[in-house]
Amino acid sequence: MSSTGHSSSSLPAMIKRSLIATVIAFLLFLPTLGIKTSASGGVDGLFLTYRWMLLGVGCGLIFVGRMAYELFWAPKDGEQKSIKAPSSLARALGSSKVAKTVGPVLLVFAIAFPFLPFSDRYILDLGILIITYVMLGWGLQIVVGLAGLLDLGYVAFYAVGAYSYALLSIHFGFGFWMCLPLAGLLAATWGIVLGFPVLRLRGDYLAIVTLAFGEIIRVVLLNWRSFTGGSNGLSDIPRPSFFGIPFNQSEHGFAATFGLEYSSMQRIVFLYFLILALAVFTFFVTARLRRLPIGRAWEALREDEIACRSLGVNTVNTKLSAFAIGAMFGGFAGSFFAAKQAFVSPESFNFMESATILAIVVLGGMSSQLGVVFSAIVMVGGVELLRQLQFLKSVFGNDFDPSQLRLLLFGLAMVLMMLWRPRGLVSTRMPTVFLKDKKTVSAAMISQGRG
Amino acid sequence: MSQPLLSVNQLTMRFGGLTAVDAVSFDVYRNHITAVIGPNGAGKTTAFNCITGFYKPTSGDIVLIHKDDTEYKLQEMEDFRISQTAKVARTFQNIRLFGGMTVLENLMIAQHNRLMKASAFTIGGIFNTPTYQRAQEAAKKKALAWMDRVGITDRADDPAASLPYGAQRKLEIARAMCTDPVLLCLDEPAAGLNPKESEELNALLRSIRDHDDVGILLIEHDMSVVMEISDHIIVLDYGRKISDGTATEVRNDPAVIKAYLGVVEE
Repeated sequence: MSSTGHSSSSLPAMIKRSLIATVIAFLLFLPTLGIKTSASGGVDGLFLTYRWMLLGVGCGLIFVGRMAYELFWAPKDGEQKSIKAPSSLARALGSSKVAKTVGPVLLVFAIAFPFLPFSDRYILDLGILIITYVMLGWGLQIVVGLAGLLDLGYVAFYAVGAYSYALLSIHFGFGFWMCLPLAGLLAATWGIVLGFPVLRLRGDYLAIVTLAFGEIIRVVLLNWRSFTGGSNGLSDIPRPSFFGIPFNQSEHGFAATFGLEYSSMQRIVFLYFLILALAVFTFFVTARLRRLPIGRAWEALREDEIACRSLGVNTVNTKLSAFAIGAMFGGFAGSFFAAKQAFVSPESFNFMESATILAIVVLGGMSSQLGVVFSAIVMVGGVELLRQLQFLKSVFGNDFDPSQLRLLLFGLAMVLMMLWRPRGLVSTRMPTVFLKDKKTVSAAMISQGRG
Repeated sequence: MSQPLLSVNQLTMRFGGLTAVDAVSFDVYRNHITAVIGPNGAGKTTAFNCITGFYKPTSGDIVLIHKDDTEYKLQEMEDFRISQTAKVARTFQNIRLFGGMTVLENLMIAQHNRLMKASAFTIGGIFNTPTYQRAQEAAKKKALAWMDRVGITDRADDPAASLPYGAQRKLEIARAMCTDPVLLCLDEPAAGLNPKESEELNALLRSIRDHDDVGILLIEHDMSVVMEISDHIIVLDYGRKISDGTATEVRNDPAVIKAYLGVVEE
């Protein structure tokens, strides 16, 4: 690359910047790569091994990499750092036409999925997991995406739903279809209970209180032993039956009734369709809600709460309804979770779950339901994919466990997303009503909500 | 003059030791444009926020009287109820639109309460009942009528934030009018408008006054707007009312001249 007269793209300046990067890398690598602590086995405990070679290689790589960036890829002086148009994939997902075709195709695929040749028990379980997260994502999207209320404790409602099903079915012998609406109702009630104290909170403060709420629910479940079984959880939860026909080998079982050969897969396939039906229900209800006055009021609340009040919108009811309806879908998903596992314990409802669901919503795009589907596939399926990369062992040795890199890759993916698509995969929003033609609203216009 | 639409009596608002509005009384009439003017810091916006419920006044009465003689004590009502039940609409000094939503959506939210009722608080809406469909169509028609009146119909499906400044001001007024108010409160509607846009605003406000059966209360600094369209002017200075009357009366009032220009020391 020709060096112009400007100092910043001249060779010495490039070398200077590369050296600065190398020094920073050295400081970072010194404790991580340069020094290794090992247990001596003796009384002294730990001793240090210095790995100067590795440190040198690491710093060298950074220097070379930075120089290559400066020479070949860095924007030159005078070059406008252009704001990139959304990539074609993201743009396509945002447009209504493509969304209208991709949606049904995905649904057909999801319905055919259990019958495809590669669908064994493991793949189907993964499918169930992904769809559960899609459903949770759609539920949380109401609170975070539409109403703009940052909720870090969404898993609490998932837990309420799961424990509702577990307790109701164990103590009262209620069936799944009886418990499902009750679990949703209880979760919605807890959504309102959370909503009241946080009505006047916004932004960071709201996030902290909802985070605490999620933890409170978990800690209560952990410590109220007589009721919830504490850390042992609740086991022997009745499994859902096919409209009263259980999935077992007895003569009244599903297989015998329909003249099929018994297979444990039948129950898994049933569970798969159960969660698929719940997710499709969630999809249609949330999509419809968004177009109703209540959904518009949620979005208006995200845009400007004071303007809402000046127009006579009861912001208290609007906020509470967002919390309640979002929580309700969490409750539905929770009761499915309990039914599927036949076991619940507080361990399943830790903060990591909330973070994953929130990440799905944020990566997917705040107001795109299709985006949530894709990000759930990436976030949940991607983690599972890591477990499958056993061939990496032949490269890095037998001690290497690719699934341990999960959080690292998770973080890396987040950083890349924030750099390239800070408003999620599908950042545009579709208007809820239109006069002549439906144009997508670009992300730059949309407020993210301060709540 | 007939019975007033809004009657403000001995309104006082204190912030700690500062008395922003000090025992101010005035009346606003239906089909009249009433302007509140005064130098900076005179307490205009504070009085305004008391009327629209964004502040709770320290003392005093603010009574709104509907055509059917129902009286609403605005000082006792929550801000959103003032718009919902008492039918007072307002705009803001620094425009507050729902920027990421389209012009049409902005106007639909203004009709939220009616649509909510028609959708049977969402339950009927989910099943798309005929009642809800009719209400939705009626709301769209009303929105369209207001877009036509302020001249932004061609931008109906564009996000509000993408509109030019003048059009945003108009949209805010249209949005306020979509709530079916009896009293329209405008906080500096001409701020930032060029002379041509100001002229259009005057025409719009006159047409609202003459055809929509509302009273208009406005705060304004732009004297070309105030003097031209106001039927009645109230002048505040240091939180007190110093003058009250028609444009000519106020213009020649020595107290007003003193407040704006100061007096020559003899």
